[in-house]
Amino acid sequence: MKSGTKSLRRWSWVHKWSSLVCTVFMLLLCVTGLPLIFHEEIDELLHEQVAASAAPEGAPTANLDKAVAEALARFPRQVPHFLIWDRDDPSALWVSIGKSLDADPSDNRLARVDAHTGAFLDAPDFTKRFTYIMLKLHTDMFAGLGGKLFLGLMGILFCVAIVSGIVVYVPSVRKLKFGTYRGGRPRIVRWLDVHNLAGILLVMWTLVVGFTGVINTWADLVIKIWQFGQLAEMTAQYRDRPPPQRLSSLQSAVDVASKAIPGMQPAFVAFPGTTLSSKSHYGVFMRGGTPLTSRMLKPALIDAETGGLTDSRDLPWYVSTLLISQPLHFGDYGGMPLKIIWAILDVVTIVILVTGLFLWLRRHRSAASVSRFVRLNEASIGEKVPS
Amino acid sequence: MTAMASPGLQKRTRQTVGQILLIPIVLAMLSAGGLIFALVEDGVWDALSWVTLSIPIALFVICIARGR
Repeated sequence: MKSGTKSLRRWSWVHKWSSLVCTVFMLLLCVTGLPLIFHEEIDELLHEQVAASAAPEGAPTANLDKAVAEALARFPRQVPHFLIWDRDDPSALWVSIGKSLDADPSDNRLARVDAHTGAFLDAPDFTKRFTYIMLKLHTDMFAGLGGKLFLGLMGILFCVAIVSGIVVYVPSVRKLKFGTYRGGRPRIVRWLDVHNLAGILLVMWTLVVGFTGVINTWADLVIKIWQFGQLAEMTAQYRDRPPPQRLSSLQSAVDVASKAIPGMQPAFVAFPGTTLSSKSHYGVFMRGGTPLTSRMLKPALIDAETGGLTDSRDLPWYVSTLLISQPLHFGDYGGMPLKIIWAILDVVTIVILVTGLFLWLRRHRSAASVSRFVRLNEASIGEKVPS
Repeated sequence: MTAMASPGLQKRTRQTVGQILLIPIVLAMLSAGGLIFALVEDGVWDALSWVTLSIPIALFVICIARGR
């Protein structure tokens, strides 16, 4: 019992401090994350968008070289970085355009083109949008990689708080039936019950969403490792070759990739010289058709001089882990009902954070409440209370 | 009324760690299932995921409503 009490004190300390340090940031993440769950719906509501031409299903698609050229015509002297297929809207393609090949892709403009006619549709400025501001606050607080990694650290503390929370939950409900909420008792008891109940009910969801969020903060690093690892390996023989004078056809590169990887469809193309390809290759990234396999990419590297296939390999486990952790964090893989469930769980998480914070604040307010809180805790831990 | 009932609950015998964690473990496994189901396929799998992930929300509401 004695050593048990001691280790429990230690776990309480871990739970208290890991929570306290991350709570403010977790509140920010939960509040900004809430609208992000519905970012498509919000954007649709707040912003006009040029409609793509109505084409029947299975209608022939536009030549990709033509589509990219149409987009580039609106951005003279700039270069394409990526061509992206819209997962949810097959009627449009996105061209990510930068000032130069080595410009930071996060500053790129995105131009929308019609997937069937190849015509330019629009190039909305995302940086002024409500959802963009929420996204920046949510991912790096406008503080770049440092902010991102810092939030990742807060996410790790959040996971530590959840695990230590389970440990301190056990003695605190020893004499209570599961799900007890003592509505007639003082406020601090009710807060404790709500905190315990919501915390234990949401354990798996908060752990998964918290930890996949942490993994997402490492995305830039994971991509760098892939670039210098597998990608460098696949293109080793091209290392000393000058970049191609004239690029081969983008359309034929996608055709070659589609033939090389049957049963998959293109997700995006990285142009030669961008972060996700070599200077001599189109990186054509193919995806599967189910919610899971549509996130798992398989790149095919197409020689941008000859148009032939150089290599195609499955992505290494660390990139796959990153890719699979994205839907599990966003909750965007099960239709609108899943998004609504995600939002409710997010709100309940805010309740856990706030009640936790209140419980801590309250125990410092007055000596009376401290002693009451201690008594309450010790009573539920099961020790004899000297009275 | 419920306030009268809760001291009675407190006098229950101490539960073992296994007894305390049995329901949370079952719920955690259901949630894990719910998170994975919707990844497998659309349609029925999505619906299965909606149901299993709604269980914690429903239990939260029920427990709070019962204890008021």
